[in-house]
Amino acid sequence: MRTLIFLLQKEFRQIFRDPEIIRIILIVPIIQLLILPWAADYEVKRIELAVVDNDRSDYSCQLVSKITSSGYFKLVDFGSSHAGAMELMEQDKVDIILEIPGRFAKDLVKEDEASLMLNVNAVNGVKANLGSAYLRSIIQDFNREVRLRWIQFPRFSPELQIEVPSSNWFNPHLNYKFFMVPGILVILVTMVGAFLSALNIVKEKEIGTIEQINVTPIHKYHFMLGKLIPFWILGLFVLGIGLTLAYFIYGIVPAGSFLTIFVFAALYLLAVLGLGLLVSTYTTTQQQAMLLAFFLMMIFILLGGLFTSTDSMPVWAQFIVKINPVAYFIEVMRMVILKGSSLYDIRYHMLVMLAFAIVLNSWAVLSYRKRA
Amino acid sequence: MKQFLSFVKKELYHILRDKRTLFILLGLPVTQILIFGFALTNEVKNAKIAVLDHSKDASSISLTTQIEASRYFDIVRDLHSQGDIDKAFKEGVIKMVMVLPQNFGQDLQHFNKAQVQVIADASDPNVATTLTNYATAIIMDYQDRITQERKLPYAINTELRMLYNPQLKGAYTFVPGVMALVLMLVCTMMTAITIVREKESGTMEIMLVSPMRPIMIIAAKAVPYLLLSMVNIASILLLSIFVLDVPLRGSLALLVFGSILFTLTCLSLGLLISSATNSQQTAMFISLVGLFLPTMMLSGFMFPIENMPLPLQIVSNAVPAKWFYKIVSSVMIKGLGIKAIWKETLILTGMMLLLLTLAIKKFKIRLA
Repeated sequence: MRTLIFLLQKEFRQIFRDPEIIRIILIVPIIQLLILPWAADYEVKRIELAVVDNDRSDYSCQLVSKITSSGYFKLVDFGSSHAGAMELMEQDKVDIILEIPGRFAKDLVKEDEASLMLNVNAVNGVKANLGSAYLRSIIQDFNREVRLRWIQFPRFSPELQIEVPSSNWFNPHLNYKFFMVPGILVILVTMVGAFLSALNIVKEKEIGTIEQINVTPIHKYHFMLGKLIPFWILGLFVLGIGLTLAYFIYGIVPAGSFLTIFVFAALYLLAVLGLGLLVSTYTTTQQQAMLLAFFLMMIFILLGGLFTSTDSMPVWAQFIVKINPVAYFIEVMRMVILKGSSLYDIRYHMLVMLAFAIVLNSWAVLSYRKRA
Repeated sequence: MKQFLSFVKKELYHILRDKRTLFILLGLPVTQILIFGFALTNEVKNAKIAVLDHSKDASSISLTTQIEASRYFDIVRDLHSQGDIDKAFKEGVIKMVMVLPQNFGQDLQHFNKAQVQVIADASDPNVATTLTNYATAIIMDYQDRITQERKLPYAINTELRMLYNPQLKGAYTFVPGVMALVLMLVCTMMTAITIVREKESGTMEIMLVSPMRPIMIIAAKAVPYLLLSMVNIASILLLSIFVLDVPLRGSLALLVFGSILFTLTCLSLGLLISSATNSQQTAMFISLVGLFLPTMMLSGFMFPIENMPLPLQIVSNAVPAKWFYKIVSSVMIKGLGIKAIWKETLILTGMMLLLLTLAIKKFKIRLA
C-alpha cells in the first residue's frame, strides 16, 4: 500500500508539472462541448428551391405561393430558363428545381392530367429524399384543393381511414442537442482517458526513466495501478465538468441520477484506461502509441452510435459494436440522461463493462515486461 | 539541392523504419472508407420495436404481420400493458412501440375509422422521426390495400429526377468527406509530431547548426508526408471507385491538384502547431482531439451547414476541410471543371499561405 501511495505521488506531480497538457486536457473538451452540439442537426429545413415557370398561369402561381408559404422551402430563383437554374444547382445554390411546363393549367383542366418536373440535387441522398418528399406532399395537397374546387364529394367519406397519432417520448420537442451532448461528452472523456494513458508508459520508455522503475522492487500491478488511478480521477473530473456545462449551457438535467452515471463511468474509465495501458505496453514510441490509440478510438467512435444508429449496421459491424466499450457508454448516457434509467436497468451494460475492465487490465499487466 | 535531397532521404528513412506507424498511416484511410461505406448509414433498418395489441383480432394481427415483414422493423417484444412500455424503453431494448386499441378490427369494419398509436423513443430524434414516418407509411399502405384504388380526376403527376446520384447512395457524400478527414489528420499530426520530436530529443539543435537554411529543413520534413498523402489519396480513390462504385466524373488532374493544395494547407497547419508547442503529447492532443471532431462536424459532410446557427456557419468557413470537401464533391461527383471551384481553390491557397507565413514567423531558429 505504501509503495502505491508513493507511486501516486510521483504520477500526480508529473502530471501537474506540465501545465500545458493540463490546460489542453481541460480546454479542448470544454470548447468542443460548447460548439459542436449546435452543429449536429440533421433535420432538413430551408431547402433551396428554384422554380422555372413556363406556364405563368393562375394555377402555377397558386402552386408556387403554396410551396413557399409552407416554410420548408426558400425560393432562390424564379425564372423561365432551365439552363440558368441548372447553373445555380451546379454552384450548390439550389437543391431542387421545379419545372412547370407551358401547358400546365390547360392540361390540368382539359386533359384531367398535368405533370410537373422535379430535378433534385442528390449528392446528399438523405436531403434529396426528404426534400422531394416534402415537395411532393405539398403538390398533392394542392392537387386535392384543385379537385375540391371542381367536384363535390359526399358529406361522409366512404373511404376507409386509419389515423396514426404519434408521440415522441423522452424528448418530445425532438431537440437534437439532448441527443448529441451526452454522446459528445462520452467521446471527450474517452479521448482524454485513452490518449493520456496510452502515452504515459510509452513516454517513460522513450525517455528511459522506465529502467529506473524496473530496477526497483515495485510490483508490476502496483506500477500499473499507479498509472491508472490518476487518469481515472482526471477522467471522472472531466465528466463532472462536462455534466455541469451540459446543465448550464444546454439545460440538460439527467432524468436519472448522477450516481448511476458516475458508477457506470467509473467502470467504463477502468476499461478505457486498461485499453490505453495495453496500447502503451505494446508500443515503443509515443507516436506509435498515439496513432494506435487513435486508430482504435476512431473505429470505436464511428461504430459507437454517436451519429448513426447501430441497429442499421451490417452483421460484422454489429459484432464490433458488441465489443465496443464506447457504444455501451453512449447508450448508457442517453438512457440515464434522457430516459431516467436506473442502475437496475443498465445491469447488463455494467456487467459487460466490468468484464472489459478485468480482461483489458489483466492483459495489460501480464504483457508488461520489466525487462527491456 | 543535393543537401536538400539527403535531408528528405533522412526523413523518409525515419518513416519507413517505423513499420507500426507506417502500417497505421496507410491502413487508416482504408478502414475509414470501409466503415463509412458499409457500416454507417442514415437509413434506419431492422429497428427493434414492440407491439402492444389490446384487441388481438384478425385485422390487428394482419397489420402487425405487415409491419414485421418490412425490412425497417424487427418486432422483438409483445407487451401486455401500458406500464410495460416505459419499462421496455428504459432498458433500451426497443426504439418504438405500436399500440393497437381494443376493438381495432370492429372499428375498421363498422365505422370505417380506427386508430393506431405510434410511440417513438425520441432520445434519438433522427431515428424517432424516421421510424414514425416508416410506420405511418406502412399503415397507410395497409389502408390502401383494403380500399381499392380508384382513379381520381384532375391529377397532377410529378416526374422526379435525382441528379448526380440517382440511387441516393450515402457514399457520394462521405467519400469526399473521408478524404478530407484522413488527409487532415495524417498530414497535420505527422508534421507536428516530427518537428516536436526533434525538439524533444534535442536533435533539432544539430539540424539547425547544419549549413541548411531552417526553411529548407522544414520543407524537407514536409516532402515525405506529401508523398505519403498521395499514396493515401490513391488508395481512397481506388477503393471508392472500385469497391463503393462512386464515379469519378470530372478530371483526375484537377482532383489531384486540389488534394495537393489541401495537403499543403494541412502541412502548414501542422508546422504552426509544432512551432507553438514543446512536447509531442501536446502536439498530438491538439492535432487529434482538437481537429477530429471539428473536421468531421463542421466540414458539411455529416451535418448540413445551412442548419447551423449563424455564428457556427461563420466558424465553419475557417475549417479548411469544408472548402476541400466542396472541391472534391464538385469535381468527383458532379463532374464540374475549374470554373466551378475557382473560389474554393483561391480560399484554400490563401489559407495555406497565411498558415505557412505564421508558422515560419513563429519557427525559432534558436532553442531555449
